Amino acid sequence: MSLYLIRRVGQSLVLLLLVSAIGFALIHLAPGGPLAQFTLTPGMTSADLARIAHQMGLDRPLPIQYWEWFRRLLVGDWGLSYRDNQPVLAVIGSHVPATLELMITSTLVAVLLGTWIGVLGALRRYSVFDYLATVGAMVALSLPTFWFGLVVIYAFSVKLAWLPAGGLYTIGDGSFLDYLHHLIGPALVLALVTVAIWSRYMRSSMLEVTNQDFVRTAIAKGLPRRVVIIRHALRNALLPMITLAGLQLPTLLGGALVTETIFTWPGMGRLFLDSIGYRDYPVVMGLLMFTALLVLLGNLAADMLYAVYDPRIRID
Amino acid sequence: MTLASASTEIAVPRRGGRGARRFARHRLALVGSCTILFLIIASALGPYINPYDDLHIDILHRFQPPFVGLHLLGTDQLGRDMLARLEMAGRISLTVGFSAMALSIAFGTIIGVVAGFYGGILGAVLMRLVDAVLCFPSIFLLLALAAFVEPTLLSITVIIAATAWMEVARLVEAQIRALRDRDFAVAAVALGASDRMIMFRELIPNAIAAVIVAATLNVARAILLESYISFLGYGIQPPIPSWGNMLNNAQEYLVSAPWLAIIPGAAITLAVTGFNFLGDGLRDALDPRLDVR
Repeated sequence: MSLYLIRRVGQSLVLLLLVSAIGFALIHLAPGGPLAQFTLTPGMTSADLARIAHQMGLDRPLPIQYWEWFRRLLVGDWGLSYRDNQPVLAVIGSHVPATLELMITSTLVAVLLGTWIGVLGALRRYSVFDYLATVGAMVALSLPTFWFGLVVIYAFSVKLAWLPAGGLYTIGDGSFLDYLHHLIGPALVLALVTVAIWSRYMRSSMLEVTNQDFVRTAIAKGLPRRVVIIRHALRNALLPMITLAGLQLPTLLGGALVTETIFTWPGMGRLFLDSIGYRDYPVVMGLLMFTALLVLLGNLAADMLYAVYDPRIRID
Repeated sequence: MTLASASTEIAVPRRGGRGARRFARHRLALVGSCTILFLIIASALGPYINPYDDLHIDILHRFQPPFVGLHLLGTDQLGRDMLARLEMAGRISLTVGFSAMALSIAFGTIIGVVAGFYGGILGAVLMRLVDAVLCFPSIFLLLALAAFVEPTLLSITVIIAATAWMEVARLVEAQIRALRDRDFAVAAVALGASDRMIMFRELIPNAIAAVIVAATLNVARAILLESYISFLGYGIQPPIPSWGNMLNNAQEYLVSAPWLAIIPGAAITLAVTGFNFLGDGLRDALDPRLDVR
């Protein structure tokens, strides 16, 4: 167990180095590089720029620069936003809660709905329900999320007036219910893709488990079907889903970006787009690194949880 | 919805079910290919048949709803014919989709073959690099890259490919690693074939089924990604139309002219669904072992 965990953490550290190297390379690929922020200042001469470059250590060898940057990354010194001179990490931090709420709500919906669809599809394999679920999932995966968001706004906000068209809450209201009301639209749009993926994997996982000996034994010794399905099959079929939850993080984050844009939801995705619009490269790069680290940690956490719940994995 | 009714299927999967499912998938693949063919033909030939020009501005006839007047799919906020725009945009979106797919498949295959064939430290480094790039959510990476480059058809295609090659590399690496020690590959080594010869003449042709499936799914992905960034204004720039950038101003007119949003989105959905159906069917047809779902 501990050996497995140590190796897994080691792998993540290597990955962290590589991820940071890619991030560092991207910063230097950006127009103007790290100096871009100063070139915009009026009255800046090339001598001034050279002096600033020296102060920032940009005339030093790249490996040393990378090490400096990496060290600051680890201690949380991610630079200042061009827009308002706030520390990048603080700017990001203030936008994390909105995105998290959106992601958690939609994941809850997706897990419940996806598990139900997947299990039913596996138990009634090749039935009409299973067929519709398969086709439905593929169509859901093919829908452009932003367009689906527009359609939802058109149908439920413009035509039916059931849901607000965007924002976090109504100005002047801001009660919990009002907040929840605003959450429904974006959470459902974001959940669509996750439900599709989750139900597909749940279906195959359930099929795999129901073909195993212990399930046959449980049926053979005369346990009620419901008990076999829920206590024996479902519990084991849910295990690989822990890994899937980790693997899904990039999709979920990307989906959140798109959903936030359509529903003017003030989360990280919205911040990312605004920062690109303002050419606020420190925040853009900060968010890129932040999401990558989130994915890295998410996968590590998922693997660790999996090892805790499934002793078989530790032998590998 | 009682769970009890499914009891027999836990122990004994229904006979012939696999075949029925295959047929169903096959039909979906057929639907997918027909959709793709229809979109390609409509985009390629449509502009020669349609009397309206996609760039012709007609302020007097703007916001014409679809299916009522002379304009089959209506007109946009400048009075341009939606059908004509849709066809021209289709040319761009499909071209970008196919080109980005070709680029990502070529790059991913080369990385995967080299990593899988040589293995060792080189293979490990390459595959860990793939893992590292996969940590970045593709839309974030794509938008950051889009913000750095001058948006042209070529640059957009390249950056889309840059965010879509990793899965291909993973897939090919796994295939090549498995094929490397098979008798025919060992025989080729014994015959004194060069590494390049073995990789490109012996190994890749045997992994081609997986690559074709990945290629089909990557077209869908590329079309989707292009539409995202074009919709957000960082992709294909007007006046060059693309299905994504036709949706640029659609949110603004959602109340008064919803068809501006619905029609291009439907085109994207049709194309992406078509390629996904086809890819899924191909996966079944070419290599049942790949059918992990």
